[in-house]
Amino acid sequence: MTTLPAPSAKKLGLVIDLDTCVGCQACATSCKEWNAQGDGGPLTDTDAQGADISGPWFNRIHGYEVREDGRDDSRMVNFPRSCLHCETPACVTVCPTGASYKRAEDGIVLVNPDTCIGCKLCSWACPYGAREYDYTQGVMKKCTLCVDRIYNDNLVEEDRVPACVRACPTGARHFGDLGDERSAVSQLVKERGGFDLLPAMGYKPTNKYLPPRARRETYAAGVAPLPKGDGSVMEKLFSWADKLLSAAPKVEARANPQDNSDKLEG
Amino acid sequence: MPAKQPQVNLSPKGWDEIKTTTCYMCACRCGIRVHLKDGKVVYIDGNRDHPVNKGIICGKGASGIKQHYSPARLSKPLLRVGERGAGEFKEIEWDEALALATNWLGKVRAEDPRKLAFFTGRDQSQGLTGWWASQFGTMNYAAHGGFCSVNMAAAGLYTYGGAFWEFGEPDWKHTKYFLLFGVAEDHGSNPIKAGLGKLKARGAKFVSVNPVKTGYSAIADEWIGIKPGTDGLLVGALIHCLLAAQKIDGESLSRYTNAPWLVIENPGGADDGLILRNAAGTPLVWDASGGGSGGTKVAGTFGTNPSLLGRFSLPDGRKVVTSFTLIAERFATEAYSPEAVAPQCGVPAETTRRIAAELAHTAFNDTVELDIPWTDYLGRRHEKTIGRPVAMHAMRGISAHSNGFHTCRTIHILQILLGTIDCPGGSRYKPPFPKSIPPNVKPAGKPDQVKPNTPLPGPPLGFVTSPEDLLVDEQGTPQRIDKAYSWDAPLAAHGLMHMVINNAAKGAPYGVDVLFMYMANMSWNSAMNVPDTLKALTAKRADGEYVIPKIIYSDAYQSEMVHYADLILPDTTYLERWDCISMLDRPISEADGPADAIRHPVVEPDRDVRPFQTVLLDLGHRLGLPAMTKPDGSARYPGGYPDYIVNHERAPGLGPLAGFRGKDGTAAGRGPVNPDQLKAYIENGSHWFQELSDNMKYYRHVNWDYLDWATFFGFLPRPEPIIHQLYSETLQKFRLAARGHGKVVPPQQHRKRIETYFDPIPFWYAPFEGEMVSGDEFPLHAITQRPMAMYHSWGSQNAWLRQILGRNWLYMHKAKAAKLGIEDGDWVDVTSHHGKIKVQVKLVDGQNEDTVWTWNAIGKRRGSWGLAPDSPEGEKGFLLNHLISDLLPEHEGGYRYSNSDPVTGQAAWFDLKVRVAKAADQTAQSAPQFPALKPVRGKANV
Repeated sequence: MTTLPAPSAKKLGLVIDLDTCVGCQACATSCKEWNAQGDGGPLTDTDAQGADISGPWFNRIHGYEVREDGRDDSRMVNFPRSCLHCETPACVTVCPTGASYKRAEDGIVLVNPDTCIGCKLCSWACPYGAREYDYTQGVMKKCTLCVDRIYNDNLVEEDRVPACVRACPTGARHFGDLGDERSAVSQLVKERGGFDLLPAMGYKPTNKYLPPRARRETYAAGVAPLPKGDGSVMEKLFSWADKLLSAAPKVEARANPQDNSDKLEG
Repeated sequence: MPAKQPQVNLSPKGWDEIKTTTCYMCACRCGIRVHLKDGKVVYIDGNRDHPVNKGIICGKGASGIKQHYSPARLSKPLLRVGERGAGEFKEIEWDEALALATNWLGKVRAEDPRKLAFFTGRDQSQGLTGWWASQFGTMNYAAHGGFCSVNMAAAGLYTYGGAFWEFGEPDWKHTKYFLLFGVAEDHGSNPIKAGLGKLKARGAKFVSVNPVKTGYSAIADEWIGIKPGTDGLLVGALIHCLLAAQKIDGESLSRYTNAPWLVIENPGGADDGLILRNAAGTPLVWDASGGGSGGTKVAGTFGTNPSLLGRFSLPDGRKVVTSFTLIAERFATEAYSPEAVAPQCGVPAETTRRIAAELAHTAFNDTVELDIPWTDYLGRRHEKTIGRPVAMHAMRGISAHSNGFHTCRTIHILQILLGTIDCPGGSRYKPPFPKSIPPNVKPAGKPDQVKPNTPLPGPPLGFVTSPEDLLVDEQGTPQRIDKAYSWDAPLAAHGLMHMVINNAAKGAPYGVDVLFMYMANMSWNSAMNVPDTLKALTAKRADGEYVIPKIIYSDAYQSEMVHYADLILPDTTYLERWDCISMLDRPISEADGPADAIRHPVVEPDRDVRPFQTVLLDLGHRLGLPAMTKPDGSARYPGGYPDYIVNHERAPGLGPLAGFRGKDGTAAGRGPVNPDQLKAYIENGSHWFQELSDNMKYYRHVNWDYLDWATFFGFLPRPEPIIHQLYSETLQKFRLAARGHGKVVPPQQHRKRIETYFDPIPFWYAPFEGEMVSGDEFPLHAITQRPMAMYHSWGSQNAWLRQILGRNWLYMHKAKAAKLGIEDGDWVDVTSHHGKIKVQVKLVDGQNEDTVWTWNAIGKRRGSWGLAPDSPEGEKGFLLNHLISDLLPEHEGGYRYSNSDPVTGQAAWFDLKVRVAKAADQTAQSAPQFPALKPVRGKANV
């Protein structure tokens, strides 16, 4: 079994906004293509043109219909699922070879493919289903938080974020240090009531989810109901139009000497 | 075991080169950066400098590698040697293929050029393909717009000089209220997603009107699950509420629209409903400010104070009425009250009233003021730019109904009444729009304009403004194979691709000799009525010859259409070819300024394929088309498409690309040819964008500086204001023709239809199919939605995307299913007046209860696209297309109109009505199943 390092001050992770995620799969395929070409690759798909295609993904998006209290209809929630880089991850502690480990400096949970024996204990231990077995290579795969991007000198500064975050079209994915209260991601979690997945399990996920905002299906403050039409719509419109005519200034200043009015199209 | 932290390479570099180009995984045309290692594509991400996507990429764009290396790629020209559909081909060399095509096409051109029907699908080179058709001399040309968005384009361009989708966009930066109609998760893809992200961050309200609550609707602040085809009623009711409360932008109506223009009221007369004009043809308004009862004045004159409402008598005794009076009278009626429309729309009256109140509040009490002075077309200086921050967008759920043109026009009326067009926070134009209403291009192809070996005198597609512009003969017979611009579909600005094959097979209005198509999967998901389309493609005459004798098809992949063609010209992938995303075609401009872009070959093809555009220019030269041939007989564009992109000029100084023109590459818009233009594009990230100065960013339809600038750029013929046409005189001219007035009048059988649907004021009518079949027999609406990860990337051979969505289901409301005794996972029969399919259901409750729906184009024919024959796409996937008739049920007199909008000819495939029942046969396979296609020799099985 593998022991965990002392908790790091820096806790890198993702904040995912369920209010804004439209389920477009940009994060999933961007993740797949980045990691397929990198050290975590090649993430080979088996039976790629056939009936039983499958392959490892680090990030999968699910759509759920969620019934809200007091309502007879559901809310559609798109839910991206990947490793949460827990503070006390069981997937690490169950590892018989030390292949699964939590980085001491930033808390990222990784798998060392050289020492992974493919026993799959970690995938049984993870309640989030974040680990996927690569049948082609015989080792366990998982989200690396793009550890090969976020410190990568070959990328410009603004690209040193996970591939999923860089791709996200709606801006629903945020990356940063959740160990730092002042960081933008920590502030976002505070403002929006970010929450842990399955907190009762006690694994203390680093990644947070932001809940969908309340729907807005009633009159907003300051919006007054309009008067109903009562059969005199046209009469009232005429009187409105008359007022409009009399309110119009008789002569207006002209800023430019040219009069284009004869060029009116019609 | 103690944690032993291994060394990880934190700075790997998996690529040796990054090239920028333009995505083609859907229609958004985002900028991408293609990472290459040893000449292979290894990673694609978004280009941060690109105006469309600013760095983001979508699920499809990031799967481009799998499209590019797809095993379904064709690898060599093919000649059919067996029967059509049998998949028997022999590989031939390009010389032979091009000689054959030239021979077939040359014969047609010498005898009767209209016997070539040249139709392209999701083509992004329509600037080239339309011009080629015109040079060939056939008017039988169009792309896929007839079944996509022509209702949106036509309604917008005939009303306010812009349109939803590519010609405009919501002002994501300033809008406070966004109303979205009939958009699932597409059109646009990334721009809308990025925009919604901005709205969410700012707390702007987002309301989605859609029968289905997926995709964008899932994150809406408010979802309105309307019944399909009734949006026009809902919008009419919103207008009703605004009129009743006088929440209308009277000033902009008076100045920037034809609301005050005077309409002649002379029932039975030849001028009834026409605009009152002076001798010079300028519209007149009523001005009472001179004292007395007032009199007429030239519209738009400086200092005029026109009446918006009223009926007046002219000195000569004629009666006139302002056009706004007619609009107001239409929507003030009880028929458009929220209570009256509630049962049909399925939207509670109180909800409609509240939305109207919110629109009014946002537009008039929550205005945006920008410190940007601007000058209107009359020279009036405005110290600030005022915004009424309500934006709207609409697409397929409006366009694919037979009432889509009028419904879309109703939405534009709502926008105009609120004063939200091209203002801060409103719906903004994207240059080259706004254009004249309608744009100044007439379709060519009248009987005397089509001659052997002669180009047409103009483009095949354009905008008619009166019956005289129609392409009909003296008897009123359609001249085009698809009956576009005939009495069947007078304003068919994008043609009717959905009618070509079946019309040609029936010989109505006539047969064709060669059908030439590009990227158009017309034997499958792009056809309404697939079974009969397959019959049409394989039908034979008594002498054994096919009824459509020759079919030439170009595609990069083994789509279902390949099997039904005689000669296949294999295309390159989007990473292997030159393209220009041109303002002469379908622009990618931003609201803040014009933009265009290129594709260039970031990798060389590894098979014997050629880019279609270069092949087309080559064929043009072989055929001796004048614009593609120099006087000495040599090719005008020997360098193929890139040569054309740089050197072709539509007018002096105006070419396919607007950027980096002139000898030194510094001219924009108009300028001499720059031989190094493509190099300049590549150095600039394969795109060009010019931000307009602030004073030209808003109110561009009436913005003096903008109109001047746009004229220089070649967007407008003259710097004239674009006055919004609430009342459409163009439509009234067709209506007058239906009453027997004018030189060109419809045959008797079409008159009632023209009289009804060419109403100059928008109105709602029930979609045709629902009216013509029994509501008891077919009680449910059936529609499709675009899956976010597949929209326009249907080539489901993509190994990543097919893992996300490898098959489709029929989605049904739980309550409805319970009433019908249907359980989740059951196989059900879905029956329309036209056909029956068997499919598997999934039960949900986030949708309109009277609707069933599925994802578009996921079902594949077994054996196509390089997929194994037992793949889920073919075994369990399905199309609704089999249920959709290409023709409406018989009309009085026995004539069958196409299943289309009567104004524009837009395919009405969302009108479908069905019944659903548990199938007797519960075997896990969808029906109908067509014989598996034999895989074509290609990249997968060389």
